[in-house]
Amino acid sequence: MLLVAFVGIQFIPTTRNQSEVVPKTDFMLVNDVPNDIKNKLQVSCYDCHSNNTIYPWYNKVQPVAWFLEDHIKEGKAELNFNEWDDYSNRRKNSKLKSIINQIENGEMPLWSYTLIHKNALLSTGEKELIIGYMKQIKDSLN
Amino acid sequence: MKKVKLVTTIMVMAFISLTTMSCKDAKKEHNNDEGHNTEMNHDNSDGHHDGKKKKMAMNGDTNSQTILNDYFNLKDALVVDDNAKAKELGATLATSLGKLDISKFTDAQQSELKDIIEDATEHAEHISESPIAHQREHFKVLSKDITDMVAITGTQVKLYEQFCPMYDGGSAWLSMSKDIKNPYYGSKMLNCGKVQKEIN
Repeated sequence: MLLVAFVGIQFIPTTRNQSEVVPKTDFMLVNDVPNDIKNKLQVSCYDCHSNNTIYPWYNKVQPVAWFLEDHIKEGKAELNFNEWDDYSNRRKNSKLKSIINQIENGEMPLWSYTLIHKNALLSTGEKELIIGYMKQIKDSLN
Repeated sequence: MKKVKLVTTIMVMAFISLTTMSCKDAKKEHNNDEGHNTEMNHDNSDGHHDGKKKKMAMNGDTNSQTILNDYFNLKDALVVDDNAKAKELGATLATSLGKLDISKFTDAQQSELKDIIEDATEHAEHISESPIAHQREHFKVLSKDITDMVAITGTQVKLYEQFCPMYDGGSAWLSMSKDIKNPYYGSKMLNCGKVQKEIN
């Protein structure tokens, strides 16, 4: 019975978060981000905080796909790096503050994400690097 | 072990059947997805704005004073370290922010106010669902938003901008009283801070 249900739910479609277009408003394009930070943000943040998720194969399996769809929707509502320049300076400032706090406190990237995506984990050095960079952008706003 | 093998086999089979079956439509589906996505984004933002507009029209009598009162209630909850109460009041504030009538202001002021409200609403919403340390982080930026709002809307009562140099490299908040009661530290350091400005 469980098996039938498991196979059955595989056929329910989900919305995939994929887009080949990187808009001009993207954080990386607007800010000319150094390469090492760029790569780290791409791997550790962009799957849930942009319009393009790189899905591993098992994310096509339900109920994993649902769980993910929800996370991505929520992540993009909070912060979408692709739409960075659409945010006003006030909102950029708020977003940057949250980015800094969440990375400092180890709340982002989510543990449920890094559990599977080991390469998304941030080392202490990487955290410092990203936080330093975000602070620099934040200061340039004020 | 056998069971694990069986489950894996089934999963792989299910996966293969899924991919082979959806292969044909993969391209189409992809395109649709993109269209769908942008459409959805539009729908979302439009719906959001419409909702706000409707609310404003329906409850046009909500003014900045209501927002200030909600803000002060929230501040007082943080002063007494009451996480649950602050959550509740964060939600209240988020609601009244959405109802602020900005129609009597100039275009420039309106766009500034919209920006402030959007930002403040996000912080108020976070406060409504966070532990107290987080609430205080958001309260800092919220206080800046409310102060900027008052600069445009004015205030019916005298306000005191107070400042604590210790919290997060220095943080300000608004109060109706001269007395210092620190919302960032609560009972830990209730009297840390000073009045830095009076706002009439």
